[in-house]
Amino acid sequence: MTLFGDPTVWLPLAFAALMGISILVYVVLDGFDLGVGILLPLGDEDEKDRMIAAIGPFWDANETWLVLAVGLLLVAFPVAHGVILTALYLPVAVMLIGLILRGVAFEFRAKTSGTQKRRWNQAFFAGSVSASLAQGYMLGLYIMGLQHTPASIAFGVLTALCLTAGYGFIGATWLIIKSEGVLQRKAIRWARRRLWGVMLGLGAISLASPLVSERIFEKWFSFPSMILLAPLPLMSGLLVFIIYTALKHLPARDDKWAWVPFTATACLFFLAFVGLAYSFYPYVVPEKLTLYESASAPESLFIILLGALFVLPVIIGYTILAYTVFRGKATELRYD
Amino acid sequence: MEELLLSRIQFAANISFHILFPTITIALGWVLLFFKMRFNATGDDRWMAAYMFWVKIFALSFGLGVVSGITMSFQFGTNWPGFMETVGNVAGPLLAYEVLTAFFLEAAFLGIMLFGASRVPNWLHTLATFLVAFGTTMSAFWILVLNSWMHTPTGFELRDGIVHATDWWAIVFNPSMPYRLVHMLLASGLTVAFLIVGISAYRRLIGDRSKGVRLTLKTGAWLAAILIPLQIWAGDMHGLNTLEHQPQKVAAMEGNWNTSTHVPLLLFAIPNEEKRQNDFEIGVPNGASLILKHDPAGVVPGLNDFYADDGTALHPPVTPVFWSFRVMVGTGVLMLAMSWATVLMMRRSGGVDGLNPWLLRGLVAMTFSGWVATLAGWYTTEIGRQPWLVQGVLTTEAAVADVPAPMVATTLVAYLAVYAVLLVAYITVIFRLARKASDAEENRPHSGAAQVALVPAE
Repeated sequence: MTLFGDPTVWLPLAFAALMGISILVYVVLDGFDLGVGILLPLGDEDEKDRMIAAIGPFWDANETWLVLAVGLLLVAFPVAHGVILTALYLPVAVMLIGLILRGVAFEFRAKTSGTQKRRWNQAFFAGSVSASLAQGYMLGLYIMGLQHTPASIAFGVLTALCLTAGYGFIGATWLIIKSEGVLQRKAIRWARRRLWGVMLGLGAISLASPLVSERIFEKWFSFPSMILLAPLPLMSGLLVFIIYTALKHLPARDDKWAWVPFTATACLFFLAFVGLAYSFYPYVVPEKLTLYESASAPESLFIILLGALFVLPVIIGYTILAYTVFRGKATELRYD
Repeated sequence: MEELLLSRIQFAANISFHILFPTITIALGWVLLFFKMRFNATGDDRWMAAYMFWVKIFALSFGLGVVSGITMSFQFGTNWPGFMETVGNVAGPLLAYEVLTAFFLEAAFLGIMLFGASRVPNWLHTLATFLVAFGTTMSAFWILVLNSWMHTPTGFELRDGIVHATDWWAIVFNPSMPYRLVHMLLASGLTVAFLIVGISAYRRLIGDRSKGVRLTLKTGAWLAAILIPLQIWAGDMHGLNTLEHQPQKVAAMEGNWNTSTHVPLLLFAIPNEEKRQNDFEIGVPNGASLILKHDPAGVVPGLNDFYADDGTALHPPVTPVFWSFRVMVGTGVLMLAMSWATVLMMRRSGGVDGLNPWLLRGLVAMTFSGWVATLAGWYTTEIGRQPWLVQGVLTTEAAVADVPAPMVATTLVAYLAVYAVLLVAYITVIFRLARKASDAEENRPHSGAAQVALVPAE
């Protein structure tokens, strides 16, 4: 246990990294299937079935990353879990009810028809939107230090809208990969329209977090970190440019480059996430509790880490297997 | 106090709703594997038809289980921060292992199991079915380890009021774990057996004479008839284990106030906690002593032993424990009667065709009887743990969050409303799927009336 030095230092850090990865994977993966839910009303009846088919085999596993992320927060940083979730009590409830609605609507809509199917489609949309809004709102409040002031609530509303646009955007880029013909062209249009929301959101968060905390301001705008960190915004800018160009020229002949917007968006989310993580480290509850203060006992963390190191490669392996089996354009989803 | 009660009701509502679906998926996964392997062995399409029908219900139940399970992982933080703060060092790894080993195994292979039969080789589809069944069972294992540890905590020490793990073997194999795990797995098997029998009986009643329905009705009835005596035995063993470790819970289950010999088995009573006695008692003499000590002169603990000097009760609330225990046992007895009647009638009078329509109607009525028994059992054991959250370590009151009561009430109402709608939708859709499958069966060229004439009764 002392292999890497003091276990009360490296174990919490390792778990923070694992949790960060889980959240990031969740935001990208469930982001695209929430996004498809947000875009659902824009498709016609036939397209709706194909849009759902594009996320059908994946959403269960995608949502499990949220359970893993919250689970890691719960087991590795129990004190922080309590503080954060009691502070976000209502948005958490809204998100959960939203996730429940969309999860079950997914199953029920496949087993009904006519008016009832339409109603479950609406439930799927409503669930996806409320879950996205709630997540965005929580992100905003978290950045504002979990305070319920008018300013932080207003900022929460802004991030709620931007994250929803962001999910809709990554959903559209996923559809570009998984669809063809009219639906693909529609998806490209949907993506173009939402790119502005994504940029607004990234901009707002990049501006707000250093303004809210002097500590974060110091971390970014002091010498030499300013130069060392410069690649982060520059690369983000480059990615936005790539996405913008790709969307302008898609669809290409033989369906070339259809994967570009989604991949670039995933990278963009990754960079934004690294930026946020850098800002907030070492705090897990902004400006109140550090990773080290809220971590579980090292012997318990070590037991979990053993399991995680054994299981994570397996999880990654069969996640890749599942995505390989269901690669290619989405066809009608059938139980066979 | 008010927020404590509201938070308890909210947690109870969430976990009650959640457990309905794992109870189905744990055993249904294995039943599906059985269908698939019968198909692999015999090549008979009917087994695959049974698989295809029940895998839809599995998917539906799984979806509901996943989304209601996500709620659970947040509930700890939103309503019970004291739980993880105090026992997080033990509960954390157990929950982590549940998510890691089980959750992902299920969720990832479910896609292949549901939608992959024509996309992957047959062996991989069978393997995916196995891994999903294995995953749900592992999920049950880890969560029951944690739950059992909350009833009979071992392998830890308290440092500054915080639980630290000292012996993981003792934590995992804590005294009540084997009993609780077996009892729950059997409960899942019975729930699924009656679900399959009930839906198959329903399809027979609406005129479906297909061989697939015969197969599932027979499979379900035999499964129920075999599991129920095992369950009664396992339940008895679990009860004896509880008597050893949580006598106050057994005292409440039996509604017994004074520790004594020759304690009757109460069939009916209205426990009166104020007067510390029962009203309108009807009992079988020596029954409780016989069941718990296998001896009419056996000593059964009484609730009066569990009061503090100032008169505060240290035992759980008696009425809910007493009655939910009776609902569970009553349902179990009914299950025994119905499943054995069905199997005997099938053996005596020419298989599924010999089943009396009234018996079939009775089986339809018992489609979800497993849920009733399972919930009643969980209420018995969980309410029976009060006032402790972790027996002897942490009280429920000490763990509750400082969230304003109206906020808890609002979210509680929202959850309940959603759950009510979903439950109605779930049951309706299952019966609709059954009708749809039977309609399709009738319209098959090689099925329907001609099929019945060609295939003699089994």
